[in-house]
Amino acid sequence: MSGPALHLAVEIDGDGAHPAAWRRAAHAPDRLLSPRRVAGLATTAENAGFTLITLDDGVLPPGTAADPVGRIGAVERAAFVAASTSTIGIAPVVAVTYAEPFHVSGQLASLDHISAGRAGWVVAQEEHPDAARAWGRPLVADADARARESRDGVQVVRALWDSWEDDAVVRSVATSRYLDRERLYYIDFTGDTYAVKGPAIVPRPPQGQLVVLGRPAEVPAGQLDVALVEGRDLASVGAAATAAAAPRVFAEVEVALDTPDASAAERVADLERHAPWTDRGRLRHIGPAAQLVSLLGELSRYVDGVRLRPLVLDEDLPVLSRLVLPALSERRLVARPLPGTSLRSTLGLERPANRFAAAAVQEETR
Amino acid sequence: MTRTDPLDVPRPHAQLHFGVFFQGVNHWTIWSAPDSGSQIDPASFRRVAQTAERGLFDAFFLGEGLRLREVDGRIHDLDVAGRPDAVTQLAALAAVTRRIGLVSTSNSTFNEPADLARRLSGLDLLSEGRAGWNVVTTDNAWTGANFRRGGYLDHADRYRRAEEFLAVARALWDGWEDGAVAGSADATAWSAPGAVHRVRHRGPQFDVDLAPTLPRSAQGHPVIFQAGDSGEGRDFAARNADVIFSAHGSDFDDALAFAEDIRRRLRAAGRPEDDLRILPGTEIIIGATEEEAEEKKRWIRLQQVTPATALGIAGLLWGIDLSGRDADGPLPKEDPVVAENDGSFGARRVTDARTVVAEWRARAEAHGWSLRETVIALGPQRGHVGTPSGLADKFARFVRHGAVDGFNVTPYLIPDGLDDIVDLLVPELQERGLYPTEYAGTTLREHLGLREPLTHRSAPERQAG
Repeated sequence: MSGPALHLAVEIDGDGAHPAAWRRAAHAPDRLLSPRRVAGLATTAENAGFTLITLDDGVLPPGTAADPVGRIGAVERAAFVAASTSTIGIAPVVAVTYAEPFHVSGQLASLDHISAGRAGWVVAQEEHPDAARAWGRPLVADADARARESRDGVQVVRALWDSWEDDAVVRSVATSRYLDRERLYYIDFTGDTYAVKGPAIVPRPPQGQLVVLGRPAEVPAGQLDVALVEGRDLASVGAAATAAAAPRVFAEVEVALDTPDASAAERVADLERHAPWTDRGRLRHIGPAAQLVSLLGELSRYVDGVRLRPLVLDEDLPVLSRLVLPALSERRLVARPLPGTSLRSTLGLERPANRFAAAAVQEETR
Repeated sequence: MTRTDPLDVPRPHAQLHFGVFFQGVNHWTIWSAPDSGSQIDPASFRRVAQTAERGLFDAFFLGEGLRLREVDGRIHDLDVAGRPDAVTQLAALAAVTRRIGLVSTSNSTFNEPADLARRLSGLDLLSEGRAGWNVVTTDNAWTGANFRRGGYLDHADRYRRAEEFLAVARALWDGWEDGAVAGSADATAWSAPGAVHRVRHRGPQFDVDLAPTLPRSAQGHPVIFQAGDSGEGRDFAARNADVIFSAHGSDFDDALAFAEDIRRRLRAAGRPEDDLRILPGTEIIIGATEEEAEEKKRWIRLQQVTPATALGIAGLLWGIDLSGRDADGPLPKEDPVVAENDGSFGARRVTDARTVVAEWRARAEAHGWSLRETVIALGPQRGHVGTPSGLADKFARFVRHGAVDGFNVTPYLIPDGLDDIVDLLVPELQERGLYPTEYAGTTLREHLGLREPLTHRSAPERQAG
């Protein structure tokens, strides 16, 4: 626990958490993929005082509908958003079930450079067998195998972030050297299914290591900075938070709020005519903003932050922005990120020492 | 060439296209000057891209290397290195530019279509039709050591894989019918039933089955670039590419011969001759007078070819570790111990080192050159040096005789290396009617004056153009 103030994250994939959210969006369906919309949502969240936005992703189209909703890759959206904002943290979802950890590491390190240290990574898994067919790779068949790929993938990605020391670029005119090769490291990773040599092609990220978020069941606690936990009620969220051995814990909360035009229940009912809002075992608040403020106040006793998953972004984000965050702010229950601060600093996480540099120093003093 | 009627040329009204290549590797980028900027700070990329956009450049271009360079098994430490992932950096630039094309060099060997085609598609949508893909191939196990499959691909298969990759990518990009996305919230589904076509492909390189995740962009799909110079690479370009980023743009006869060769291959591939733009990578050095430009070039070469770089390049030619010798002294007295080098590290690929060294000795002796001066004088001669008006006349000849369609400029300084070109050369070109005065449209395809993507044309269109 970092203190009583909560960090608020918001998931801004698609038009909202409900699979039919696009039907209540404030824009024509095809504008979902327009740059103006992508940047606009992020600046709304930034201005509201959220600590972090997350962007869901996967190789398969979102949802289960036969006629898919379009989705731009999370890393590309995150980079675009990073260049359109100044303060808010940005964490794309990237699975390493089939992806190349070398590419993922470089993409995320680049995002951290682009955002001047505001980047995070939500580690996910490609669970559906269709993902293997899409990638054209052998099926990673069960939960154990997926956990292995996540573990190895995160290890490689993190090692590559450390494969450059912060000051590896020396620009020594006297010796004609741009790099000090003593400050670059081969990671020489060998896992169960593949090996990676290194070093990275992207210099060490400004944060040293990006903030890594994930579910404790999928990623070993020692690899996580933020555990994402869920439960249907406060008690089970509290239990999950206690069990999670990560430095920070965020709870998942699905929200549908009363708006000036319709109650939360009416809005949910309207969308349920088209598709069900699948119960994923998460806390779900359907009702007025004031009740959500109370719920978040309660949650602040158990967790460091909450990731909100709004029913319909265009409807719920304005209510969050106008009513929920100001009310929390008044009670000093929410921590607003400060300009020029890295995501790690905002979350009260230390900038980690470089594992290879530390080892090299030890070697020298031995 | 004798001066003739300016209209008595094969393409009297042709205009130049400029792109800019932010190199990120090689000794051609000067890192030691007071105004040498960061190679990773996003501000450097923004500055170059926005300057290029001010100068109405068609494209901003990023390279890619999937393993940090090494010489003799050790990380090469003399040149700039450490660059961002291209598509990620370009997606950020899409937010701070409005018109310029954004071209990513991405490898077809160590990527998969489902992932890369989708990333490029996302870039294309975020930039509203300004994305390009420079298709590069590799086969070596050395690069493969960073990837799940290792060095799995035979040299002979690298372009086969690239071609199959591109076919799958195009199928994914074309997988949504035009107008597939719902027009209103009352529609049956977000994408019209039946309007999104699964891609099922089984070939030697790929066995995939997936639903494309994104609709077409404002330009249909990303513009395809190709940079390989081998016969196979040229044929690949003639069959598939919209733009060639060649290495033939310094010498007029060489450029023209290359362009004629490409046009021949285009005809053989059943495409119209004007279906492909040829943009050689080129350094441009500008001075107020010819003397000033030459003086500037001399300074630039000395910054690029540092003593250590000169010893490194010569060391590859000789096959001897020359580190610690005096680069500003005479050439090594020894004979070369290798017959050929691999052409890496900015050295010219040679197949007969003894002959080359003999020539170097003769020239160095005649001119009184040091080893470093010899490396500079006899290394690859690249680019153009002159006054704005002199260069404009020279480029008129190149473009109006069909030797090039323009140049992909490689600045020797980051981030200010384009300023002279945009501020001094572009106006000279515009005055001569050799350069546009505004963007032709909003998409990269429009800037380049290209037809719609190859896969969107009917068969007769593909032939006749």
